[in-house]
Amino acid sequence: MDKVMSNKWIIALYVLPSLLLILAIVYIPIVLTGYYGLNKWNGIGAMNFIGLDNYQALIKDKLFWNSAGHSLLLAVFSGISLILYLIIAMVLSAKLKAVNLFRKIYLIPMLLSSVAIAQLWLKIFHPTNGILNSLLESIGFANPPAWLAEPSIVLFALFIPILWQYAGFYILIYYAALKNIPASLEEAAKIDGANAFQIAYKIKLPLAMEVIKVTIVLAVVGSLKYFDLIYVMTDGGPNGSSEVMASYMYHQAFRAYDFGYGSAIGFFLLVICLIVTWIIRKLTASKDTIQYS
Amino acid sequence: MFKKKWTVLLLTLCLALVAAGCGQKSNNGDKDTSSDGANKNGSDKVTVNFMHLWPEGVSAGQNKIVNQIITEYQNEHPNVKIKQEVLDNEQYKNKLKVLSASNQLPDVGVTWAAGFLQPYVEGKLFTPLDDLLGGELNGKFVNGTTEAYAVDGKTYGLPLEFNISPIYYNKAIFEKYNLEVPTTYDQFKQVVKTLSENGIAPITLGNKDRWTGSLWYMYLADRFAGQEALANAINGSGSFKDENLVKAANEVQALVDSNAFVKGFNGLSNEEAKSEFLNSKAAMYMMGTWELPNFTTNEDIPKEFRDSVGFFKFPTVDGGKGDINSWVGGPGVGLFVAENSKVKAEAKAFVEYFVEKWGEQAVTGAGVIPATKVDTSKLDLPQLYVDLFNEMSKASSITLFADVQMQANAAETHLNLIQSLFGKAVTPEKFSEEHDAAISKGN
Repeated sequence: MDKVMSNKWIIALYVLPSLLLILAIVYIPIVLTGYYGLNKWNGIGAMNFIGLDNYQALIKDKLFWNSAGHSLLLAVFSGISLILYLIIAMVLSAKLKAVNLFRKIYLIPMLLSSVAIAQLWLKIFHPTNGILNSLLESIGFANPPAWLAEPSIVLFALFIPILWQYAGFYILIYYAALKNIPASLEEAAKIDGANAFQIAYKIKLPLAMEVIKVTIVLAVVGSLKYFDLIYVMTDGGPNGSSEVMASYMYHQAFRAYDFGYGSAIGFFLLVICLIVTWIIRKLTASKDTIQYS
Repeated sequence: MFKKKWTVLLLTLCLALVAAGCGQKSNNGDKDTSSDGANKNGSDKVTVNFMHLWPEGVSAGQNKIVNQIITEYQNEHPNVKIKQEVLDNEQYKNKLKVLSASNQLPDVGVTWAAGFLQPYVEGKLFTPLDDLLGGELNGKFVNGTTEAYAVDGKTYGLPLEFNISPIYYNKAIFEKYNLEVPTTYDQFKQVVKTLSENGIAPITLGNKDRWTGSLWYMYLADRFAGQEALANAINGSGSFKDENLVKAANEVQALVDSNAFVKGFNGLSNEEAKSEFLNSKAAMYMMGTWELPNFTTNEDIPKEFRDSVGFFKFPTVDGGKGDINSWVGGPGVGLFVAENSKVKAEAKAFVEYFVEKWGEQAVTGAGVIPATKVDTSKLDLPQLYVDLFNEMSKASSITLFADVQMQANAAETHLNLIQSLFGKAVTPEKFSEEHDAAISKGN
């Protein structure tokens, strides 16, 4: 068996099917999207090659940069919320009562489809008979805001379900990473007189660092290309105040019939994600990884 | 033991949540297969692919009629098999776009008028249907319906529905506060004032969908500036900077200021807004006549409510140029035949048959107003329906929905501006300027 697997041709043969699939489904469409971005095309008729016009227009498009700002804000928020998830995961990984129950509770949002979550939160945020506003009214707020209709707060109102949706996912990853840390290290530290905070900061955090780096990239890139809840809950409104890059792309392509421009946005979004990933990798790169065991 | 119980409980909860989340979807799935299955008999036939947007769950009435017509047609033409593909409205639009990009449109499908149709015609994807209009269907359509499907003198779609948009109101609420149906705009404002002072939302509006707010703007524009000025501004020969059109935009914001619309209207979808009306929480609701079944025959809605729904025409404005019998509306969906269909002759014959049968059955079965002429005197129909039907024949003009009329790009700008206007993120002056810019830019 070892002999077979060391034959380069055999390896190539085994890799080929998935390579072809990924080429056909991912990489070729990316190249094509970049090419469509060079055309004026309504998605139906003939394409008209216009060079970099779409990209030039994009650079000057205030609405696009607005939506990019919203995406970036989401990325910042989901980055920050990772800290919270990490803390929760640390608590859950401790041997406490009812931890199992909480682990399951945190996982539930992950099991729901985005559209179901959106419907759920639409009901919660409903301006007159939503749970949130009924609650606020009952404790004395005379005129609670219409969460999804106020341009100044709609974005933050949307962040709550978005972050809630992914909480379980990151907590699960962190939980697994923390569980992987050998118990002997923690016990040794305890014997040396370290308190819980010191154990968390000096032992658990450094050992989970590799995983944390990955989650930062996941969270930030995931936020930059985020689409579903926003599309269902506000559709980028009101007045574009919850528009993100992906929803702006969708609107340009499928609503305004400007597939050329939509493709340009899509390609630009890819470039932004690549750059951001690269920056994060640079910033979090450490000289040597810590190995305790 | 304790642990196990919790696990079971949690699992049940998860299942319930998942089931709740998937409910809608699996419903649709079932419907698709069942409607497919109904037509899978026989082989060696000509197959006509028909894509439409009346899933059983959402549009039960229409779905039944479609299946009925198809079955009848297949019985009369044993060599033809009609294969259906059913999608929801939004999904339908997206799929149509994707299919057209790869030139794989179904032989027969559903389309909208004017601006929606245009790119498909320019891309030579739809075939002209003028020969059908000259044949059996000659003179069967209500005046002004097929025109909306014409590009450069050729008709590319045959309309099925025809709609106008009245303001529906809740008679019970009006009675409670001693309100009369307003005929002038000043009376209308008084009604709004009384209702909002009594803590009732005067008008429900789901402006997340934007075209809903567009209806209100269009009526105000029509009543202030007159039908011609509005039509000219939309087709580009006039301007939205017309003094009266700016006044109309101003009036929209004045209505918003007087709390005429339900709270949070810019974040509500049309469906959510409608439920405010159905639950008697809001007194008025402007919507197309396609909502009629909900106010007349739909058994899912309490009879008590259905009986208390009335409608009135958008009131006239003092000194305005509009006429009370001028409506905003237009043909709804129509049928097209694909240009590169391999079974064009059969497809056309089916469309002809479908349009003819649809007229009569749609009235009784689905409660929609068809685009073909129907003699309603012989049929037993709800009063609300008959009244609106008669209004339609009295109409002095019917302005096609702005977002349908405009080209896709301009329509998108228009809809966004509408939301901004209602949300007071744009001034009426800027609103007009940007409209003119978008329309003159074209696609």
